Amino acid sequence: MASPLARPSNDWRPSTAGPAVQVRNFSRRFGDVTVLHDLDIQIGRGEFVALLGRSGSGKTTLLRTLAGIDPAPLDQVQTPTARAVVFQDARLLPWKKVWRNVALGLRGGDIRARAEAALTEVGLEHRLDVWPATLSGGEAQRVSLARALVRDPGLLLLDEPFAALDALTRLKMHELVLSLWKRHAPAVLLVTHDVDEAVALADRVLVLEDGRIAAEERIDLPRPRATDATFQDIRARLLAKLGVDAGQRRPVEGALLAFPSGEIVA
Amino acid sequence: MSSITLDRKTSSFTVPRFRLRGGRWVSPLLLLLVWELGSRTGVIPERILAGPSAVALTFWSMVVGGELPANLAVSLARALAGLAFGLSAGVVLALAAGLSRGGETAIDPLMQLKRTIPVLALTPLFIVWFGIGETPKITLIAVATVFPIYMNLFSGIRGVDARLIEAGKSFGLSQAELIRHVILPGALPSFLVGLRYALGVSLLVLVVAEQINASAGIGHLINNARDFMRTDVIVVCLVVYASLGLAADQLVRTLEARALAWRPTFIKS
Repeated sequence: MASPLARPSNDWRPSTAGPAVQVRNFSRRFGDVTVLHDLDIQIGRGEFVALLGRSGSGKTTLLRTLAGIDPAPLDQVQTPTARAVVFQDARLLPWKKVWRNVALGLRGGDIRARAEAALTEVGLEHRLDVWPATLSGGEAQRVSLARALVRDPGLLLLDEPFAALDALTRLKMHELVLSLWKRHAPAVLLVTHDVDEAVALADRVLVLEDGRIAAEERIDLPRPRATDATFQDIRARLLAKLGVDAGQRRPVEGALLAFPSGEIVA
Repeated sequence: MSSITLDRKTSSFTVPRFRLRGGRWVSPLLLLLVWELGSRTGVIPERILAGPSAVALTFWSMVVGGELPANLAVSLARALAGLAFGLSAGVVLALAAGLSRGGETAIDPLMQLKRTIPVLALTPLFIVWFGIGETPKITLIAVATVFPIYMNLFSGIRGVDARLIEAGKSFGLSQAELIRHVILPGALPSFLVGLRYALGVSLLVLVVAEQINASAGIGHLINNARDFMRTDVIVVCLVVYASLGLAADQLVRTLEARALAWRPTFIKS
C-alpha cells in the first residue's frame, strides 16, 4: 500500500467539534478479494450506530479497522484515541481474576478502585475475585462490557456481543448497554446480524453488503422501543434490503423486542 | 444377572475411596508375598534376587549408617545441577524462538537436529571432552533436559489463543505487556508438561550417567553392590530411583495446582 500505515490511536486527537469516527474512501483488500469498497462512514459523538450485514459482508473487517487491530491510513480512518471493543466471545484472560481482567492495560493509580466501580456498574460487584471460568455467558459478557467502559472510550465497538446469549439474557444486556450508553455517552458501533436488535437499540442503522453501505435508516423512535407499526415498517424495510421477505413472519404487536425471527440466516 | 451388576454399581458409589484404592494394592502385595516366599524357601537364591524383608533390613541399615542419605544427596545434586542448566537453556531458547520469527529461524532447526541424536549416544564424546568427573554427568543431564522444556514452551507460546492476543492489543497493551499478561501465562500449562518430562528424563539420564566411574551416588552404590553380588543393595537403589521419580511427579503436580488454579479442573476440586 502506498499510503503510510499507522495505528491512528496515538497521533490523532479529536477536535471538539467533529464527529467521533470519520471514514473516507476507505478500501481494504485481502489478496484479490476486496472486502471494503470506498467506504464513507461518519459516527457522531455519542451516536449509537448499528451495522447490519450477512456473514462475509465486511462488518468484522470494518470493526477491526476502527478498533485499531488492523492498521489503516490516518487520512482515511480517524477514530477517538480511547476505543474499546466488546467481542462476541468475551475473551477474558482465564488466568486473571475478574477485576484484573477489567484492569488490563489501565494506566495510572487506583486501578482496583476503577475496576471495581466499572464492575459495580454492570452489577458484578460480588464477582470481583473469581476466575473467569466460573462465570456464566451473560456474566462474562458483562465483565467484558465493564472492561470496555473502564477505559472511558470515545468509541465503543460491540462485535455481536449478544449473539451467543439466550433470549432473556440478551434482553437484559440490551437494557444494560442502553443505560451505560446514556450515562457515559460514547459513540457506539454495534455490529450485529439481528435486525430487531439493531432497530431496538440504535439511532441509525447501516446495512453493509459486499463491502458497501447498501442502506441507511435513521430511527427516531423514543426508547424503550415497543414493536409498534413504525418499528415494524423500519424492520421490514431493513429485512427487505437484506433480501429477507419479512411479510409473513411479522411478529405480533408488543412481542419481545428480540424475537429471533428478525435474525438473518446467512 | 442384572441385580448383581446393580449391586456392584451401588457399592462402588458407597464404598469410600480408600477401599477402592486398596483393591488396586492387592496384586502388588501378592507379588511381594510370592517373592518373599520364594526367597524364604530358597526357590529364589539370594545372589539372584534378595527377598523383600532382606531388602527392607538392608534399606534400614543403609539409612541408619548414613550411607544411603549421603549418596542420595550426591545423586540429587547431580540431577538438580543438570536440570538447572537444561531448564535455563531450554527456557531462554524457547523464548527466543517463540517470541520472534528470526529467533525461530535461527534456533528451531538446530534444536530439531539435536533431537535426532539420542543423548545417551553422546556419552563417549562427553567422556573424551570432560573426563570422568562430575562434568560429563551434569552435561548429559543438561543436554537431555533442554529439549522437552524447549519444545513444550515453544509450542505453548505459539499456541496461545490468537483472539486473546488480539483483545490485548485492542486494549492498548504494549508488546512487553502482551508477553507478560497474555503470552507467558497462556504458555504456562505447556511449560509445566515440559517440566514434568524434563524431570523424568533427568532421572533416567542420571542412572546412566552414574555408571561413568562414579565414586559417590546411587549409581556408585549399585556398581559396588554388583561387584559383591549384593542384590539386596541393588534393589534398595532401584526403589530409591523409583521414589525419586514419584517425588518429581508429585512436585510438578503441586506446582500445577498452584500455578494453574484458574483452570476449571482445579477450580472444581
